[in-house]
Amino acid sequence: MTRHTLSVLVENKSGVLARVSALFSRRGFNIESLAVGPTENPDLSRMTIVVDADAQPLEQITKQLNKLIEVIKIVELESVAAVQRELLLVKVRAPMADRTQVLQTAELFRAHVIDVNTDTVTLEATGTPDKLQALLAVLAPLGIKEMAQSGTVALGRGPRSMSGAGTLRPVDRTA
Amino acid sequence: MNSSAPGESATREAAAALTGVETAARSLENAAHEPISGITGAQSLVRSLEAVGVDVVFGIPGGAILPAYDPLFDSKVRHVLVRHEQGAGHAATGYAQATGRVGVCMATSGPGATNLVTPLADAHMDSVPVVAITGQVPSGAIGTDAFQEADIRGITMPITKHNFLVTDAREIPQRIAEAFHLAATGRPGPVLVDIPKDVLQATTDFTWPPRLDLPGYKPTTRPHGKQVREAAALIAAARRPVLYVGGGVLKAQATAELAELAALTGAPVVTTLMARGAFPDSDPQHLGMPGMHGTVAAVTALQKADLLVALGARFDDRVTGQLSSFAPEALVVHADIDPAEIGKNRKADVPIVGDARETIAELVAAVRAEHEAGRTPDLTAWWTQLDSWRQTYPLGYDWPEDGALSPQYVIERLGALAGPDAIYAAGVGQHQMWAAQFIKYEKPGTWLNSGGLGTMGYAVPAAMGAKYGRPDTTVWAIDGDGCFQMTNQELATCAIEGIPVKVAVINNGNLGMVRQWQTLFYEGRYSNTRLHARNEDGSPKPVRIPDFVALAEALGCVGLRCESKDDVDAVIQKAMAIDDAPVVIDFVVGSDAQVWPMVAAGASNDDILAARDVRPVFGDGQV
Repeated sequence: MTRHTLSVLVENKSGVLARVSALFSRRGFNIESLAVGPTENPDLSRMTIVVDADAQPLEQITKQLNKLIEVIKIVELESVAAVQRELLLVKVRAPMADRTQVLQTAELFRAHVIDVNTDTVTLEATGTPDKLQALLAVLAPLGIKEMAQSGTVALGRGPRSMSGAGTLRPVDRTA
Repeated sequence: MNSSAPGESATREAAAALTGVETAARSLENAAHEPISGITGAQSLVRSLEAVGVDVVFGIPGGAILPAYDPLFDSKVRHVLVRHEQGAGHAATGYAQATGRVGVCMATSGPGATNLVTPLADAHMDSVPVVAITGQVPSGAIGTDAFQEADIRGITMPITKHNFLVTDAREIPQRIAEAFHLAATGRPGPVLVDIPKDVLQATTDFTWPPRLDLPGYKPTTRPHGKQVREAAALIAAARRPVLYVGGGVLKAQATAELAELAALTGAPVVTTLMARGAFPDSDPQHLGMPGMHGTVAAVTALQKADLLVALGARFDDRVTGQLSSFAPEALVVHADIDPAEIGKNRKADVPIVGDARETIAELVAAVRAEHEAGRTPDLTAWWTQLDSWRQTYPLGYDWPEDGALSPQYVIERLGALAGPDAIYAAGVGQHQMWAAQFIKYEKPGTWLNSGGLGTMGYAVPAAMGAKYGRPDTTVWAIDGDGCFQMTNQELATCAIEGIPVKVAVINNGNLGMVRQWQTLFYEGRYSNTRLHARNEDGSPKPVRIPDFVALAEALGCVGLRCESKDDVDAVIQKAMAIDDAPVVIDFVVGSDAQVWPMVAAGASNDDILAARDVRPVFGDGQV
């Protein structure tokens, strides 16, 4: 199985998230991550859905998603042709003895310190899932107290957009 | 992206391009109404139903939907008061399947709405255009576990094509118009509109026609020319082609086009359970029904084919058997209006997305061009093979050894006497399969059944809806005694509302299909499949529980009984002579009759049994 990132424009209406997530569960598709947020158009929301699937199931996923009345457009964002980011907040044990090491690690990964107290430091980092995994691996021996991580959000590289002129090609609707 | 304008024009284009399902929603384009102000949401709802062309609603009132029933009282829209909401849903389905129009059902919140779940799931599986309108608890009470509250929108999300919760009375005309448009266009299906009580009671304005705002809904109805030409080239080159016809051909009203394609290609035709009547059974090119209980010739033709031309069919497991060994040598042309069906179960070599009527019409033209270019296939060897299978393994049945009445004979005689103009609605089980096998269907819209969901209890209410929609046509429900006991209360509705359906109860005292599986796969251990009263040793008691003749009469119908072969024709003729009341015939038949041919669940279609322990011998490699 390979990882695919689908960018899905949907109508900004109540119940759409429930429809999409229910579709995945009832058809037996696995969601790796899902992020929902506003777009430049207040009538539309963007769902960025990362799935692990082979080509044939992926085709079914996109076709079934396209059947949902409130789904406007689906584009698969290939990793080479898209920028993809996740946001990580992580609270690390950082007594004075270890604090320098935590701060140096943060600097190496271009993470920001967003909260400090005598026992812990909370870092904010953005990046690809791989980079955030690497950061967590380095922080783990120091003691991770708590963490929160977003799903992937992504946009295609280059001047084109999903909804404007010169749009990105949608995943084929017609088989 | 502007969310309204492009979508609106696209949906209107789609509606204009749609030549198949007759859409009541289409009339909303022509019928402008003067705006009305200061009416209630309920009045707006009823005016919307009138404007969209609804002639009947099947339903039951209750607290949350009550405001809607007040203006409905004065409306030209007729309301048929059913006895259970499941009956309302199946009646709407039967009405839609028999007429091609959108069927409408109505229920109150909570249990009223949840009782619609089964018929909505049924209509969803069989792609039937139905609109369900449900009352909801007042907006402020939603989410508080209020009396008779159920999240019917959430519950029906996976079993409807789409559903709405109306939050503002001003939206009502638009949501109703959208619901009918969605139900009837593209791949048809059920749409539910849930309206809270306070929205029905609010003061609002009514304008018609409303703007449709469905920017994400653009069904493809026009097939791709290149794909059609590729398909035609395969058809012209095939030596063992089969036209595999599904329910989509009936939904698109494409039977005339299908007849033309069949005549042009000379290819054999099989019609699935959902497509019985799409091609005349009397046509020599028709091999019958494929699938688990299909004819040996139809099943085997698909298995040995070098080309399947699937038209509005979805490669259901009941047709394909074990998928990995289904039609192993065949290339596949798959035409369907729903792109998600293409490649879902079987890879398509030539996919065609489009309305079946347009697609088949274009295929006819493209195949004709192939023929004119000198590419005309010779199917003589294929037909020799097909005819030999057909002659060696015709459909048939044995009479019960104990002298009991044969259920297949009853159904065969019913079909012969009522003829190809009658409508037949079946329940689910043995009687359904026999009705699909032993009645000869010649015309579209004459065979109604629950194909995908397999809903026991479908027959009586569906027959009621069909009879309401086509009052001049004889409508027979062919039901099992198990199915009949699930929904027979709608016969009271039929008697009171003047809907004279006829019901043939094929009464074998058992859940017959389950019993057949117990005979074949569970060593005859009949766990909980006997419906008749019995003694401790399992032998039947000489008492009828229920007595279907007495039950029929209690429900305001004429009740008749038949227990011997000699009486079958006479009792059917007696029922046919009664036209002012519903009639129920209790056909008491043997309990050991079985449905054959059969491909066991999960088995390969190569392992079809023509009858118990009778495995056909195919002359492999001869064509």
